[in-house]
Amino acid sequence: MTKLVYFAWVRERIGRGEEDLDLPASVVTAGDLIEHLKGLGEEYETALQFPKAIRVAINQEHVEHDEPIAGATEIGLFPPMTGG
Amino acid sequence: MSDANPTIRVQSQDFDLDGEVRALSAGRQDIGAVVTFSGLCRDEGATLSALELEHYPGMAETEMRRIAELAIARFHLIGLTAIHRFGKIAPGENIVLVIAAAPHRQAAFDGANFMMDYLKTSAPFWKKEHLRDGSSGAWVAAKDADDKAREKWL
Repeated sequence: MTKLVYFAWVRERIGRGEEDLDLPASVVTAGDLIEHLKGLGEEYETALQFPKAIRVAINQEHVEHDEPIAGATEIGLFPPMTGG
Repeated sequence: MSDANPTIRVQSQDFDLDGEVRALSAGRQDIGAVVTFSGLCRDEGATLSALELEHYPGMAETEMRRIAELAIARFHLIGLTAIHRFGKIAPGENIVLVIAAAPHRQAAFDGANFMMDYLKTSAPFWKKEHLRDGSSGAWVAAKDADDKAREKWL
């Protein structure tokens, strides 16, 4: 099981802040994860329809979409940051 | 020596600028320059009732500390404090505080500027607008200008 956490409009559109999912072996990279999630339902499709707008963190560190997710215990998906 | 240990906090309550500057410089005689930046919530032409700041608990602190350590190493800062609030923040209230201390002013100015440019684009915080008409407005969109501001340090 991998813990997924969502923030801001990604969280709102998916409808939950976190969940534990069993990911198939075909999901190798963070980008694969986004494509996989888009197939899980309309809410995911809506939240992730523009993958380039989605930022990914593995174990709370920023990564690019081509980063392998092997060994990840927590993966965060969220929009570009707007703090400060 | 430039092995300053940064003070990093993510909190819902307000912070006290004077108190934080005093805490940073108390009992020290090596500091020649302190630059303090605070970011406040604007009312956006009297349309905004509040900003709601969401953050990624844990990662927000980790990322702020990582950026702070980059700033300390690059500008040889001898003191650095960064505090970011979360939750609902009304116009006129504080959102973020950066205090950079160095022997001379240029490093303190640059350190504070660098810290804010990186914090805005890589610390995991998001702003949602609440409007005075009672509606919940949009999530604030990331600005290209903020990315460009960061790129000047590359």
